[in-house]
Amino acid sequence: MEEKLQSKIPSGPISEKWTNYKDTQRLINPANKRRLDVIVVGTGLAGASAAATLGELGFNVKVFCIQDSPRRAHSIAAQGGINAAKNYQNDGDSVRRLFEDTVKGGDYRAREANVYRLAEISNNIIDQCVAQGVPFARDYAGMLANRSFGGAQVSRTFYAKGQTGQQLLLGAYGALSKEIHKGTVKLFTRREMLDLVLVEGRARGIIARNLETGDIERHAAHAVVLATGGYGNVFFLSTNAMASNGSAAWRCYKKGAFFANPCFTQIHPTCIPVHGDFQSKLTLMSESLRNDGRIWVPKRKEDVERIRKGELRPIDIPEADRDYYLERRYPAFGNLVPRDVASRAAKERCDAGFGVNGAGLAVYLDFAEAINRLGAKVVEARYGNLFEMYQNIVAENPYETPMMIYPAVHYTMGGLWVDYELQSTVPGLFVAGEANFSDHGANRLGASALMQGLADGYFILPYTLQNYLSDQIREPRISIESAEFEAAECKVRDEIEALLSVKGKETVDSFHRRLGHVMWEYVGMAREKSGLLKAIDLIADLRKEFHQNVLIPNAFGVNVELEKALRVSDFMELGELIARDALQREESCGGHFRVEHQTADGEALRDDEHFNFVAAYEWQGENETPCLYKETLDFESVELKQRNYK
Amino acid sequence: MNFTLKIWRQANRTAKGHFVDYQVSDIEPDMSFLEMLDVLNEHLVLKGEDPVFFDHDCREGICGACSLFINGRPHGKGEGTTTCQLYMRRFKDGETIVVEPFRAKAFPVIKDLTVDRSAFDQIIQAGGYVSCHTGGVPDGNAILVPKEDADMAMDAASCIGCGACVAACKNASAMLFVAAKVSQLALLPQGKVEAQRRAQAMVAKMDELGFGNCTNTYACQAVCPKRISVSHIARLNRQFLTGKIVRPWKKED
Repeated sequence: MEEKLQSKIPSGPISEKWTNYKDTQRLINPANKRRLDVIVVGTGLAGASAAATLGELGFNVKVFCIQDSPRRAHSIAAQGGINAAKNYQNDGDSVRRLFEDTVKGGDYRAREANVYRLAEISNNIIDQCVAQGVPFARDYAGMLANRSFGGAQVSRTFYAKGQTGQQLLLGAYGALSKEIHKGTVKLFTRREMLDLVLVEGRARGIIARNLETGDIERHAAHAVVLATGGYGNVFFLSTNAMASNGSAAWRCYKKGAFFANPCFTQIHPTCIPVHGDFQSKLTLMSESLRNDGRIWVPKRKEDVERIRKGELRPIDIPEADRDYYLERRYPAFGNLVPRDVASRAAKERCDAGFGVNGAGLAVYLDFAEAINRLGAKVVEARYGNLFEMYQNIVAENPYETPMMIYPAVHYTMGGLWVDYELQSTVPGLFVAGEANFSDHGANRLGASALMQGLADGYFILPYTLQNYLSDQIREPRISIESAEFEAAECKVRDEIEALLSVKGKETVDSFHRRLGHVMWEYVGMAREKSGLLKAIDLIADLRKEFHQNVLIPNAFGVNVELEKALRVSDFMELGELIARDALQREESCGGHFRVEHQTADGEALRDDEHFNFVAAYEWQGENETPCLYKETLDFESVELKQRNYK
Repeated sequence: MNFTLKIWRQANRTAKGHFVDYQVSDIEPDMSFLEMLDVLNEHLVLKGEDPVFFDHDCREGICGACSLFINGRPHGKGEGTTTCQLYMRRFKDGETIVVEPFRAKAFPVIKDLTVDRSAFDQIIQAGGYVSCHTGGVPDGNAILVPKEDADMAMDAASCIGCGACVAACKNASAMLFVAAKVSQLALLPQGKVEAQRRAQAMVAKMDELGFGNCTNTYACQAVCPKRISVSHIARLNRQFLTGKIVRPWKKED
């Protein structure tokens, strides 16, 4: 049955696979490109870069975004940086090293060939962004500057203050705007994709809702690119934007696209702790802070108690009474261990009773040593905007007192299954960026999301999509009048009608919050069999209740509650699949930590003999158990090892 | 904390709007302004009323979606912050807060507190980029950029496109927005090649879309959540004027 999962990895040594692919892929002449339509959903780094580049090549592109402008996609909020194997620092970096670090950081659950290609392309991305006028940080010689990120012993992260995602996205948005101006790309804003339309087994269009007018629209194309980001908001509280959701991907899943590794979710170690029930989202404090910030909790419980009561300030605690637990446990990487390791270590200290805020769910991130060593000015130049943001939210000055941080849901490594060409199991449906599963395995390293999004959009899809479309040149423009479009639109209308007619007593947000509690409690940082089984039951009950008691005002045009209801309805189903996948994966790897599977000193314990595979799920119908397919991972170039950051 | 809110309600683009008073109670000082509005909306939904529509997304001050005019000031009284980063501890308990959409001819109201800012996208489309295509570019370190220039370009590039500058300006001018992009790209060698052409194209589009002229009140700088300096407007003017003389640009170009 695994023949459904053809990864289509090109032959040859790993360092030649992508070159071989490009040398032999099929091309399309310019006159024919003009006759081919491509839909791109999403305008983050992956979507904007793909749409712009496909437009440049001469395809007819329609691009859709959920916000009022493509510039607001959530890639904009990425702070720290983007990795590349330039070795500008002469510190021993190479494509090979970036490749190995990424495979190891992902705890050996990513596809080797994809990751190698990513590392190879990383250098082109930096060149491209510089050419676009992205104002990367530079040194006094005028050369590009670098900093370090978790999971690496070299300095390979390029950055633009603490706003790297913003600058890269605005670069891609500029490229996209250029193509819109030329007329090769047509932009649709305030649109949400609600279904994928298949004609004769191929992806041929989408059904979208116009969020201003409420109109249900049909859009057709020869191929569809999905770049709609991750599903972290299934946890309600996350660092994702409010509108970030998993519905587009989920609806493709229900149309036959396999969903891979849903349980691989990333909890980021340095976020501002939760401070109330009213809270709508969590704010990340960039991983770059771990270059100079030191993480600690008090060694003695008495000090913890007095801090919580407000009798003691963290700066009053002498060095000898502080536990810099990351430096203690992981001397080789110290505060720069990968995210999953740092998050679990924070949880371990807080569970042991050393958490430093009222709720006992916070640790310190301290800059006193850096300020002493470098001076406040240098620290401000490096992290000023992050410090300001922290002070604004928490009303404490991080130059004077350590930050309080706690892990929070941040990124999802899982996503729609794609082959080497980034094509899903539905022919003609390509998936890019966080929406696919391909490159980060069970844990993404810091500054690798921006790299992957732009690699997919600028440098991979333009080749692979062309390869797919080359045999479509005789296919006339796809009509939106077909029975398939009619059926898909009717289904969406019925679903909306059903939700509006419930007229219950509980708001969508209330249901979402309840789902988030279940997910965080049982499918969060530490998972075990009994909890996962319980979560599956609880979610099933919640779903039933939702469809009997949700309250959505019946409004013409703008209806934000309806938008949220459609997303939460999908999140509930997705949440269940995450729990199922976590239950099935009887090992700990990367961000997936099963309490039953750990080493004597509490590290994740992988089981390569039984779980060295990508778990890809095929939808079997409403309320049916999905079918699990396994793509075995072949490691030819790197040796499978237990991760060790000590 | 308790507040009286006077909120602009407008059913759609063509309807006539008006202020409606709402009371909110038990607001915690650590709530953001938008979380306070979430509380209001949850109450309205439970009462079967239409919730207040406002743009927002990242809620960490970077996407530029939030756009409220609070007590006569874009993004309220927080300095260097967006509405989503304005916390209720900045208000007095019992205060009356007036909440309006950003108002400008080029930003028509869509509904309630949400306006249509696609004019900003159109200005960027007119030339707010380097016209390079993907691939075939030199190595990132092939062209050196003085650190000072790169830093200044970064300051300009931090614009989030929220439109507070337009909302604060008595002429509803988009000069600071245009200047931020023109200045960023003019400071960098990669963008300098077409700097004069870019300035002319973007200013022409700004005029065409109904934004007003700049009369140097600096209100834009005072409300900019990213503290973008009006000195970038001087750089825009220089590119624009020298361009007019040296490389005049016509719309057909």
